[in-house]
Amino acid sequence: MILYFLTLVLFVMGVYCLIAKKNIVKKIIGLVIIDYAINLFIILIGYRRDGVAPILFKDMPMEEFARHSVDPLPQALVLTSIVIGLGVLALQVAICLRLYEKYKTFNMSEINRLKG
Amino acid sequence: MESFLLILLIFMIVGSIIAIETKNLLSSVISCGVVGFSVSIAFLMLGAPDIAITQVVVEILILVVLIRATITIDNTSIEEHWDTFAVVSSLIFFGLFLVFAFLAVKDLPPFGEPSMRVSQQYLETALQKTGAANVVTSIILDFRGYDTLGEATVLFTSIVGAFVILRRRGRKQRSAADTEKVGILTEEEIKEEYEEFRE
Repeated sequence: MILYFLTLVLFVMGVYCLIAKKNIVKKIIGLVIIDYAINLFIILIGYRRDGVAPILFKDMPMEEFARHSVDPLPQALVLTSIVIGLGVLALQVAICLRLYEKYKTFNMSEINRLKG
Repeated sequence: MESFLLILLIFMIVGSIIAIETKNLLSSVISCGVVGFSVSIAFLMLGAPDIAITQVVVEILILVVLIRATITIDNTSIEEHWDTFAVVSSLIFFGLFLVFAFLAVKDLPPFGEPSMRVSQQYLETALQKTGAANVVTSIILDFRGYDTLGEATVLFTSIVGAFVILRRRGRKQRSAADTEKVGILTEEEIKEEYEEFRE
């Protein structure tokens, strides 16, 4: 339970970075940290004590494998989520580089002031 | 096992604090990488080797992309302006969220005993139904194939978006391009295109 709670602390760190920091790259780092925290949380929920990885070997009885393996469903979903996170990050960094080209700054409040 | 994960999580939180609070952007990005690789080790401990491998690869790519973003500016150190409203409001959110999270985490299944109503079925029948020894792969590519199709769509859209945003120049006359440039180019246009290409 304390592990779940610490993961949520990591999530809140990311949200704090997203809200309170002015620099765009810092904001992107906050989003990446949120990504890590949620992925780790989902995998933690699917863990079975003393579990084996959900991969069948040749000389492994089926019933024993089904009783001892960790939950494979969260792993499949997280595998999807990690790759999507990378794509979204690439889009964010592209927008961020364009903003720097136009305004010559990463500072969010300065960009706000220069508008219009 | 649990104590090791505990230490790893505290290490991650310290790394994220450094990543958030340090004044130099480059060291901030590298501290973010520390958090990512610790997440990968945690995945390896939690019986998810596939995801650990993916996380390492994606982490390296994230570092490359983020360093590309920070290396464009000459001076990577930043000066912070203290914004009281943002800090206070986020701290209030911090507190409220953690209180509710503490209440909610109590109702989750305890660590080490997942409720596997659907996954038990997958574990028992994956080999007969799909013939894949790796159950995670059989879920991704067979049981929940439409989910992966959606993932591919999202990935494609985001990469196309990044390319469109980063493109050097757009088309100059869109209306002319829509109506006239249907077939053969004139000689001048070919010359123009060549010039553009050489640039």
